Order: sequence, then C-alpha cells, then structure tokens
Amino acid sequence: MDVKDIRIKNMKTEDFKENEYLEEYVRELRANGVNVVVSKLDDLINWGRSNSVWPLTFATSCCGIEFMCLGAARYDFARFGWEVTRNSPRQADVVFCCGTIVHKMAPVLKRLYEQMAEPKYVMAFGSCAISGGPFKKSYHTVMGVDQIIPVDVYIPGCPPRPDAMIYGMMQLARKIKLQEFFRLPKQPHPENQKEFTAAFNDTNENVEKGGNQ
Amino acid sequence: MKAIDDLLLQFPYATVEQKDKFYSVSVPKENIHETASALRNNDTVPFDFLIDIVGMDYGDTLGVIYILSSSLYPTYILRLKTETPEREDPLLDSLHELWDSAGLYEREVHDFFGIRFINHPDMRRLFLRQDWKGYPLRKDYDADPAINPIPMDNEDLDDMENIPVIEVNHGQKFEHQHKLFEADEYVVNFGPQHPATHGVLHLRVSLDGEIIKKIDPIFGYIHRGIEKMCETYAYPQMLHLPDRMDYVSGPINRHGLCLAIEKGLELEVPERAHYIRTIIDELGRIASHLLGWGCIAMDMGAITAFVYGMRDREKIMDIFEETCGGRLMANYSVIGGVMADIHPNFQRKVKEFIPYMRKMLKEHHLLFTGNPIARDRMDGVGYLSKEKAIALGATGPTGRASGWSNDIRKIEPYAAYPHVDFKEMLRTDGMTFDRYVIRLDEIAESLHIIEQLIDNIPEGDYAAKTKAVIRLPEGEYFQRVENARGEFDVYINSRGDKYPYRVKFRSPSMTLVNTLKAIAVETKVADLIMLGGSLDYVVPCIDR
Repeated sequence: MDVKDIRIKNMKTEDFKENEYLEEYVRELRANGVNVVVSKLDDLINWGRSNSVWPLTFATSCCGIEFMCLGAARYDFARFGWEVTRNSPRQADVVFCCGTIVHKMAPVLKRLYEQMAEPKYVMAFGSCAISGGPFKKSYHTVMGVDQIIPVDVYIPGCPPRPDAMIYGMMQLARKIKLQEFFRLPKQPHPENQKEFTAAFNDTNENVEKGGNQ
Repeated sequence: MKAIDDLLLQFPYATVEQKDKFYSVSVPKENIHETASALRNNDTVPFDFLIDIVGMDYGDTLGVIYILSSSLYPTYILRLKTETPEREDPLLDSLHELWDSAGLYEREVHDFFGIRFINHPDMRRLFLRQDWKGYPLRKDYDADPAINPIPMDNEDLDDMENIPVIEVNHGQKFEHQHKLFEADEYVVNFGPQHPATHGVLHLRVSLDGEIIKKIDPIFGYIHRGIEKMCETYAYPQMLHLPDRMDYVSGPINRHGLCLAIEKGLELEVPERAHYIRTIIDELGRIASHLLGWGCIAMDMGAITAFVYGMRDREKIMDIFEETCGGRLMANYSVIGGVMADIHPNFQRKVKEFIPYMRKMLKEHHLLFTGNPIARDRMDGVGYLSKEKAIALGATGPTGRASGWSNDIRKIEPYAAYPHVDFKEMLRTDGMTFDRYVIRLDEIAESLHIIEQLIDNIPEGDYAAKTKAVIRLPEGEYFQRVENARGEFDVYINSRGDKYPYRVKFRSPSMTLVNTLKAIAVETKVADLIMLGGSLDYVVPCIDR
C-alpha cells in the first residue's frame, strides 16, 4: 500500500519530500501485524486532531521571533487550526522547540515535556534545536533536543523561514493522520530506551494475539 | 583632557596610558577601592557611568577591567585595571556600592573566572548552575563534557537561595551564607517558561498581597558561551555570533563587531558601505521598535497592536531578504564593508516604505497611544530618575526617557551618522509611558535618517579588500554602537594572532533587567510584565 490516500487538504502527496519514511512506517506497522487500513472513526478523530493542534509557547531565542511572525498576519498559522498557543503544557499537544537549549534549560524542557498529556509531539525548530547549530563548539549547549526528549519533526534553518515551519507542521499533520488514535505508540525516552523496547515488544505480541483472535 | 589628567595625578601608584580619548589606568589590587571611589566621587569629572566590567585571564594572573565613563563628558573612556596573581582563591575588593550596575557585572566575572569579590552581598554564580565545575573563561578550563554532563534534574532551591558572602577583616577571611528570602515571605516564580518574560528569564518575586517587595532575576537559561567561542574562532568566523545575541537588532550588533575589527586593522571602509550599513541599521532599529511596541501592547492585553506591529515589520523583512538574503538574521556586514551590493529594488522599496510607515505610525498613535485604558496603565507607573538610570547603566531609550542623553550615534558618530541631521529623542519624566512613546518617536527619527541617506548612496565598492587571514595587531580595541536597546560595546583584546585573546560584548539588556529590579518594587504584580515590556530587554543578549 502506498500512502497516497492520506489526504491533507492544502497540499498534494507528491509535493511532500521523503514519502519513503511514511511508506516505511506503514510497512513496519503491517509487518508487526497492525491493521493499517484506517477505520472511519480513526479518520474522523485524526481529521480533527491534525487540524487543531495546540502548540505550547516555548521559545528560547531567535527562532521564537520567526514563530511570532508565523502567528501574525502574513503567515497566519490560524489557517491550519494551530493558532491556539497554550501557555500551560497540560493543555498543549505539541511543543515547538524554538531556539538553543542549554544545560540549565534542559531539565526545564524535560519537565515541560513530561507535564504534557499524551498524545504529544515535539518539533525541533532551527539548527540549534536539531544539533547545536552555530553553538556546536560551546561548553554549555545541548547538541540537539533529541538528547533530552524524542523529536517528531526537524525543521532546519537558522532561523527557518515561516514557510518552512508551515511545511514542518504539515508533515506532523500527516504523521497524526497515520496514527491509530486508540492504539497510539508510546513515545520512546532516551533514558528508559531499554524498558521501552521491552514494552514495545510486549505490545506487539498483544497485537499479534489480537490479530489472531 | 586636563581635568582627567589632574585627577589621575592623585594616584601616584597608578600606571597611566593615554590614547586619544581612552585612558588606561592600572593600579595594584590594594588600591582599587580607593582609586575607584575617588574617580566616582569627585566634582570635576565624576565617572558616574560604569559601562562594563571585563574579566581577564592573562595567563599567570587574573584581572578585572572596569570601563568607566562620565555623563558630563561621555566621549572620554577610562579603563581601570587591576589584577591578582592568586589563581586558587582569587579575591578582589567589590565596588558594588559605587555603581548600582557593578554588583551584577561582578557576579558575572565571578561566574566566568572564579574571582570572588570581598564584601559583595551576593556571590552566587550568575549564568551557570551553582553546581557547575570550573570557570569556563579561564584559559586552563577543561571543557570535557564528562565533567559537566547535561543535568536531568532542576536546580536545587537551596542552591538558588543560599547566598554566599565573603568578608575580610584585619587580614582574616570570613565566609558565611544568608538566605535570600525570609521563611514567611510569599515567593512567586515567573519563568523560565512564561509567555511574557520576553525570553527565558526567570524572576523570583516576593509579594505582599499584590505589591512586589523584592525581585531576584536568575539568568543563564540561554547562556550559550559566545565569548568563549569567539576565542576559538578566526575574526571572519565570529561575525555571525553577535547577530544571534540580540537578534531583533542583529545588524547593529554585527556592525559594531565589524567596526571594532576594522579599527584594529586600520582598514579604510568605502563610503558606500558606510551608507548601506547605516540604512540597514536604521531599518533594523525600526523593526526592533515595532516588535517592542507590539509586545508592550500585548503585555497589556492588546493583541491587535501586536499583529499590526508585525505586519509593518514584514515590510522591512522583505527589504532585508532581497538585499541581505536573510529575514531575521541579515548576516550582512563583513569586515571591510558589506557582504553583497544592494538589490536593484532596494532604494525603491525603502522609499515606498517611508511614507507607508509614517502613515501607520499615525494610526498606531491613534489606536493605542491615545487609548484611555492604555494611558491609565502607563501613566505614573515605574518611575526611573535620571541619576538612577546613570547609576544602573540603563542606556538607550530607557535612559533617554529619563532625560539622560546617551545616544552613541550623537556622542561618537560612526558609519554615516556624521553626515545626517537628526535629533536625539529625549524625554524627562521617566515613566512607563515615556519609555513607550520614545520608541515610536525614534521610529519617526529613523525614517528621517533613512530619507536623507537613501538617495545619496555614493558610487564605488561595497567592501574593501581584506587579507585572506586577518591578524589583529596586539592591543585592545573598543567600539561603541547604539543598539535598539542601548549601548552595545565590543571589547577585543588581541595578541597579534588570528584568533582574539578575549572578546567581551556589553549587553544593554542586562542592565535593563537590573533596572526592572529597581523600579518594580512597590508596584503591583500585574504591572510587572508591562514594566518589563517597557524596558524591552532581549534575554539571549544578557546571557550571551
């Protein structure tokens, strides 16, 4: 199965780069016995979920200004239903990690992430959040947020243009549409990777059993 | 100047060097306090403005440079130097009671170099966590990530609240700790993740009802170690770093660093480059003030104003994008000129922008400045006197709203500023409203500057030729520029190498947070965010 039937209202499938990643994801799900034919209820829920993602206002530096531009009149991410920025992590679905994360900030970001309710997503916005970027040589920079929390979408640039951010948002919307809401995968955490893998295998077994029944 | 020469004769132990308007005074560490108080408290040339404190690691000794200026003679700069041979437990006298800004700067030196200041009331680290091992700006610092791994737990509250103090009495050293807050105080945390702290600033506020009693700002949540990184970069490589410090007036910061390096190289920059840089700087200032205006309005609940400010700012971003290639990060100035020539549309677009912005400025005044609710919030709140502004080193629009004439574009005109006719915006009341309205006035004045320059950009090269490897001759170089928030200074200490020995940036925002600490006491907690908005600080510029 290819992923052409995953519909995003404002953009065609072939306009997206790297469709292989999603196809791989589907193949992996199928290999593990997961039913990838999405049911109607999932369609409906995911349609709603992907079009009303509430971001947490979390900006540490320069990229935050571009995030503000995205919220303002010209780029206006309200068009895609993302405009309800939440100041409390408990009400947010996605954290846009705009800017450099340093050692002192790392535990704060980790706590914010842990306070968010599942399902939750992370977007690494800008080269600092991806890999440390221009501050790679610094003694106090965390070389990418994926060292602390798992990341769903990476948006490169220093800072990325708001257009690039919209593209990244659509990628996340696509990922949300692919997920089964009633059987969401648990997010891996670098610290308990081992535990997670064990739990993941367990779930797979259950899924297989469920499939057999 | 004769008055300064006479003053310096009082110190027989001092070594004085003079170069134009720069004085360099080295004194033994025993005499530092006496010299500094004589410089501060005299009637002829009171050095009442402490521009910055630069910590130095000279290899075998550790030192401190106090960069002083006088509000009466702002063009003269005096560098007061002292050093200590001790590296294990270096101690120096604190000068925190002479200048209000000194306390914060001394904490920064303590954080980076491990120098402890005797009698300083608060010797916590400023940027790094209290449990950080080592002093990063020392030359023998071990940057091995195994020594300081990424912490996974929040900082201990005791570490934040226990304040170490060191006193010396009759040669005897006493160390003790006291608590920042009393046990029965009601303390509220603002930040580091808070939508209205303008970055990741952490304020711990002690309240009595809704009246603010004490504020303790905690920095370092975006400390990226820019100054240490500069020491490992060649001069052309480090140009992108100041852009990313105060990102909303990035072109001006980068311009300042380029000017400092050009000063060292004695490089003749083409007039065309000077004109282009000045226009870009002023456009950057307008963009920054529009954002600042939008943010203070949003801090008071007017979201529409923010959207309007961003709308006008996008016009400038378009101009930047065509000519510089970047929107927010213009990355435009280089050593010797600018990166590329202006875009063919540049002049036309700027000339279209000027009348547009004037029209919009009227609208902004109509919609928000004249709004009775906004006026009620801003009038008579957050008074900052001129003397206090100077003592705190609150430069830029904040100081000028209190009547302190501190515009570097007037004091030491650089680039194309000597060729233009403009007024320095001054107000006298020092209230929140003055700090708000002075930014809109400065937008109008910036438009006036651009109008004079845009049609007169001289023909010729846009950049001077430089050598492939740039080596700065041995010496100290200091350049002041007027950023959108105040005085941005670059200090470069070179030993004739292709890498600088020490680079220090003066952040105007750091003293502004100190100003917030001073003016917010006894106001209502609901006004705290708005007061912060009126000072318009940018946190990554503080943390560097």
